[in-house]
Amino acid sequence: MSKIIVDGTEVDVPPEYTLLQACEAAGAEIPRFCFHERLSIAGNCRMCLVEVKGGPPKPQASCAMSVRDLRPGPNGEPPVVLTNSPMVTKARHGVMEFLLINHPLDCPICDQGGECDLQDQAMAYGVDSSRFKENKRAVEDKYLGALVKTSMNRCIQCTRCVRFMTEVAGVPELGAIGRGEDMEITSYLERALTSELQGNVIDLCPVGALTSKPYEFKARPWELAKTESVDVMDALGSAIRIDSRGREVMRILPRVNDAINEEWISDKTRYNVDGLKVQRLDRPYIRKGGKLVPASWPEAFAAIAAKAKATTPQRIGAIAGDLASVEEMFALKALMDKLGVANIDCRQDGSKLDPKFGRASYLFNSTIAGIEQADAIMIIGSNPRLEAPVLNARIRRRWARGDCLIGVVGERADLTYSYNYLGAGPDSLAQLLDHPPADKTKPMFILGAGAFARPDGAAVLALAAKAALSLGVVKDGWNGFNVLHSAASRVGGLDLGFTPGEGGLDAPGMAKAGALDLIFNLGADEIQIEPGAFVVYIGTHGDRGAHRADVILPGAAYPEKTGIYVNTEGRPQFGDRATFPPGQAREDWAILRALSDALGARLPFDSLTQLRATVNAAHPHLARLDEITPADAGALANLASLGGALDKAPFVSPIEDFYLTNPIARASKVMAECSAMAKARALKAAE
Amino acid sequence: MSVRRLAEEQPTSFEFTPENRAWADQQIAKYPPGRQNSAVISLLWRAQKQNDYWLSKPAIEKVAEILGMPYIRVLEVATFYTMFNLAPVGRQHVQLCGTTPCMLRGAEDLKRVCERRIGPVGSVAKDGALSWVEVECLGACCNAPMVQINDDYYEDLTAESFEKLLDDLVAGRPVKKGSQIGRVSSEPVGGLTSLIDPSIYKRTSPTSGAGLEDSAAKKPGEPANVQESPAPSPPIADSTAPRRQ
Repeated sequence: MSKIIVDGTEVDVPPEYTLLQACEAAGAEIPRFCFHERLSIAGNCRMCLVEVKGGPPKPQASCAMSVRDLRPGPNGEPPVVLTNSPMVTKARHGVMEFLLINHPLDCPICDQGGECDLQDQAMAYGVDSSRFKENKRAVEDKYLGALVKTSMNRCIQCTRCVRFMTEVAGVPELGAIGRGEDMEITSYLERALTSELQGNVIDLCPVGALTSKPYEFKARPWELAKTESVDVMDALGSAIRIDSRGREVMRILPRVNDAINEEWISDKTRYNVDGLKVQRLDRPYIRKGGKLVPASWPEAFAAIAAKAKATTPQRIGAIAGDLASVEEMFALKALMDKLGVANIDCRQDGSKLDPKFGRASYLFNSTIAGIEQADAIMIIGSNPRLEAPVLNARIRRRWARGDCLIGVVGERADLTYSYNYLGAGPDSLAQLLDHPPADKTKPMFILGAGAFARPDGAAVLALAAKAALSLGVVKDGWNGFNVLHSAASRVGGLDLGFTPGEGGLDAPGMAKAGALDLIFNLGADEIQIEPGAFVVYIGTHGDRGAHRADVILPGAAYPEKTGIYVNTEGRPQFGDRATFPPGQAREDWAILRALSDALGARLPFDSLTQLRATVNAAHPHLARLDEITPADAGALANLASLGGALDKAPFVSPIEDFYLTNPIARASKVMAECSAMAKARALKAAE
Repeated sequence: MSVRRLAEEQPTSFEFTPENRAWADQQIAKYPPGRQNSAVISLLWRAQKQNDYWLSKPAIEKVAEILGMPYIRVLEVATFYTMFNLAPVGRQHVQLCGTTPCMLRGAEDLKRVCERRIGPVGSVAKDGALSWVEVECLGACCNAPMVQINDDYYEDLTAESFEKLLDDLVAGRPVKKGSQIGRVSSEPVGGLTSLIDPSIYKRTSPTSGAGLEDSAAKKPGEPANVQESPAPSPPIADSTAPRRQ
């Protein structure tokens, strides 16, 4: 640790700290544009200038100088940093004046207005008028695709976006061409960006040069209500902030959560917003004569009750979809239990994960932050870039730090980092068994749905567990057996035991023609239910599930309800409500509660609080929000001993189209545009 | 300085000649594994030479592919350095120095010649024989005003000699490189004024004289100054003529 005096306050900081970090540790605020905690240091905006004693006698960029660069005084006094001396104030005023020379005065029409770093800092360090009499520089706007709008006159060339795309997203598509005054940020010949994380450059841009294209001229930050919530587009449970105005969700931004998403979110998380407004189910429907006709709630319930009465519990089933919260799955399971139904399943993708294998068999046991410690990562049957882009960025960062071996069994996709390709299917996974224990201290397996969402999924799981044990992936103090889910509801459902009971059918079994008479479908849109059964669809969008339905009960989408979601690590998180469901739509748990009355099997809770208390009593770990209850790794040994016949088919990631994985995203015009562009790129690449 | 963009009209492909490709591989081999990107300027430069002194889009992409770099990274380099021409230039590409010493010594006159014969700055003559740009200091200030045409410097120009030089180059006649008034490198225009006494270059003894030969290596134990005395080479014969008044 080194001592340093910042504005008269002595602090003790690690010598590798930059002066900027040391100043912040001492409580002094340093203005900055180019510096960002999670990106490399560029030192080109010069806004963070400070005065130092024990270093060069000129203003120093505090972001680019470390504490150990400073000499102690003649008698061994600690070096001194001044952040508010006349020299510093003058230097910052000068830098600000230079920055504003070419910055247009278009704050009133700029989307960044109100949340602009330059605006804020100009209030602190700017002067009231410009001494620059010449013309301002004009820069052509660039086309960067469907998501990022540019207004390049406003660019101050901090290069945060270039560094983000290169370092974090791992897709070096942005660059700075030209030099000096004519430097411009652009992609190669203005091609659209291809990264799944590109939306983050909008948050990074300290000015209004890169703004959100779908959100263009939609709202001002001060008129938005901000709700802290959790993302459901993938199984990571990224921390998000939902900005709404009245009943409309205007945009979604990331929140900092170092354990999960740091401060990034994927484009699907950010831009599914317009999907919340279209194709919505806002009243119940009943299919009459092959057509869905609007109905009232009592009529819909009566139709369901009549069907339920006409059949036996053995011919009834329930499937929970990918976006369901813990509460509604619990309510549906409780209802099915009351009716005596054993055919329930939350794994519409046909995955063979099962709570009976132990909780460790379906969690991301090492935790997402554990990727930082891993020194070998084996990705099995997964394409993390599509299944969880933010997680992929973390793997990439681990890889970029060096000394980390990455292997892939499954699809040979561009993951933004290099890896050893070991093979496509279970055969290659089986070869790992003969491998001697890895000479790595913290090796890690990441299993994706491609490995276990297939008929021989249980055997593959057992094989993976066996390989994990023999390779030392699971040992004392380290459990590197990780399952990467692709659905937000999945771990919650497995924790609740939303899987077939004694003699019950699983989701693919229920979907078969003639298997059942009545199916309750809680937002499962990715499963094809064959003709025959009477389907009650509780969901939000006129998507595949609604098209197949015989009765539609309109539910609430994730920003319209409070609910607990358990992420792939097994971390229960609370998603808050930002707006209300449209029309006659209701929160899903309330629908199930009302339906239980109509079916003569009244559920024992009248409010969400009561329901939540019941859930917590039955599953105490779900009450510990934001905490991970570690799973017992011993279960993996049992799983490993199961064995089973393996298919030769290669592992295929379940995500065909990253932008269209759920009903909200499929309703979104922005996502459709991104999807079309991605398809066109793939076609062109295939040529 | 101005905004630099790739040319509107681009060839469809670019391929290094086998010789240049071999040369490029040699350049790449100079750098340790994983640092091949460092060869980007060398390769772009060679690509420009091969491609009539300008860098086309396919050439930039080719270099990126050879080095395994993203296109944008190579484009950044190509647009940063103004010595990479992004649009076709004339067969004789004149880079006219307009920085202060050359300007004081008559670069403005040369500029007018270019404007008259070729066109406004940055243009290519209609027949494609000539093109010109104004550049910053090329480091030959002693011999100002000067221009660089393709790979060679032409110094001590006047409007007349420059015009004649252009005529000769266009017609393919041999021209004199370097100073156009006959001086050697950047010696004083009127010949040498100092160090002109030949006797100072005479060896007085085999060991203490100026100039070292390979055979006279320093022996262990000897003081270093015995052998490593300054070693000015004798002036070249024709420039030792008495100073013209």
